Amino acid sequence: MRFAEVPPAPSTGARLPARSSLLTRALGLSAVVGLGITTWWGLWVSPPDVVQGQYVRMLYVHPAVATMCYAAFGLCALGSIAWLWPRLRSPRWDRLAVAGAEVGSVFCLATLVTGSIWGRATWGVWWTWDARLTLTAVLFALSLGYLALRRAIDNPSSRSYVSSMVAVLMVLTVVVDHYATTWWVTLHQNTSLFKPGPSVHGWQLATMGMSFVAFGLVLAWLMVHRYRLEALEERYEREGLSAALEARRSEGPAATGRPGRGGPQPAVGVPAPVPVAGQARDQEVVAR
Amino acid sequence: MWRDALVVAGKDLRIEARAKVGLNQVVPYSMVVLLLFGFAFDQDRPLLQQAAPGLFWMAVLFAGLLAVQRSFSVEAADGAMDGLRMSGLDPAGVFLGKAVAVAAQLVALEALLTVGVVVLFHTQLAGAGLLAATAVLATACVAGAGTAYGALSMGLRVRETLLPMLLAPVLAPVVLSATEAWRAALGLSTGGGWRWLGLLAAFAAIYLAGGAVGFGALMEET
Repeated sequence: MRFAEVPPAPSTGARLPARSSLLTRALGLSAVVGLGITTWWGLWVSPPDVVQGQYVRMLYVHPAVATMCYAAFGLCALGSIAWLWPRLRSPRWDRLAVAGAEVGSVFCLATLVTGSIWGRATWGVWWTWDARLTLTAVLFALSLGYLALRRAIDNPSSRSYVSSMVAVLMVLTVVVDHYATTWWVTLHQNTSLFKPGPSVHGWQLATMGMSFVAFGLVLAWLMVHRYRLEALEERYEREGLSAALEARRSEGPAATGRPGRGGPQPAVGVPAPVPVAGQARDQEVVAR
Repeated sequence: MWRDALVVAGKDLRIEARAKVGLNQVVPYSMVVLLLFGFAFDQDRPLLQQAAPGLFWMAVLFAGLLAVQRSFSVEAADGAMDGLRMSGLDPAGVFLGKAVAVAAQLVALEALLTVGVVVLFHTQLAGAGLLAATAVLATACVAGAGTAYGALSMGLRVRETLLPMLLAPVLAPVVLSATEAWRAALGLSTGGGWRWLGLLAAFAAIYLAGGAVGFGALMEET
């Protein structure tokens, strides 16, 4: 029996469908279209930069991916704080937290990889001890720790509490880390877009804006699906054992009509069924 | 709360005084780490002198991980944590007591490691006030965060591997700040060293306060 076929129990929790809805499919399709437009504008329509030449095309990937990474971790922190708040406590916030952490980790790794490629092109090195780079690497390590901790705790209530506490502590750690790495050294270029009189113009600005929209849609689509997956996993933890027992019972003799242990017994005086070859051989061995 | 903290700290320190795990294992291990750093830098004396503050705090970090694991492994045996839960002690006091015990062991270890750094890396000690203030605050950070994460991973099957994975990136700003403060104190950098103490103080306050507030619920949940 497939888990998706198990009828919903009347307990609390998500009642999300096992498959994506029309809205999430539309969201996914929009993300694909957005990425397609970004690729088209970024590679063919947008001109090369005066200073950075063709390498400027990384501008259409890296800043948007990095922003989505921080947005996803922000959602993780929001979900964790809301879960810890007694009046708001709900499994929904915990699902938001885990979805944010996992999707954020993916975007964080993408940020490090794309940043490293861009760094090689502009600074001549794959890695440098820049404040933002260092902070992002630490953030990635913290998120892996958070996810490992979640996997290590079996009890759902303990898992939600402990991981929410860790997420909140990590947010505060990142604030301290931000100052530590910034005071340490900084080489990273400043923001290009979100400031008065941005330093990118025309098609560059339009493509960069489009990349934020496209990766924002990707983030939303991934978040929705990871949230849904978490709801299904919770349902599996809650109902999986009952479903497996029910499935096992339905395969038993009562369901199939075959005799067996616990099933219908032969009437008195009726000869026992003839044993099959293997059973007869076993009985002979026992007799010897 | 403070009386309970002293009771728990006294208990943990008495256990360590009797078991001598710190003296027989953690101290020799930390000294070996310093020696290995010397091998890694190929006896390059100027480089070792430059890197000495960072190497010192890395050795403290490694030793801190061991001290925290030891602090919670003694509670895991024979249902000792159940005894703590039922003792009626204030959970915040239990947390602070365990953190104080870890900090006390680390301070003793840091004194020995300082001698090791002076002897092995030929470090000339200077700026004693800044060195000592940094050591106190950074030790509070390692003990506070270590005890908080030790409590979080307490009772888990994979705590031996999970704790270093959780704690090492969390302590990254502490290692960075303490190293920079010591570099400034030893005259190895031109920047002011005292501003790093603010970061260390903020970090220590976050983890000591967060651990004290959340430890009661953690004792019930884990």
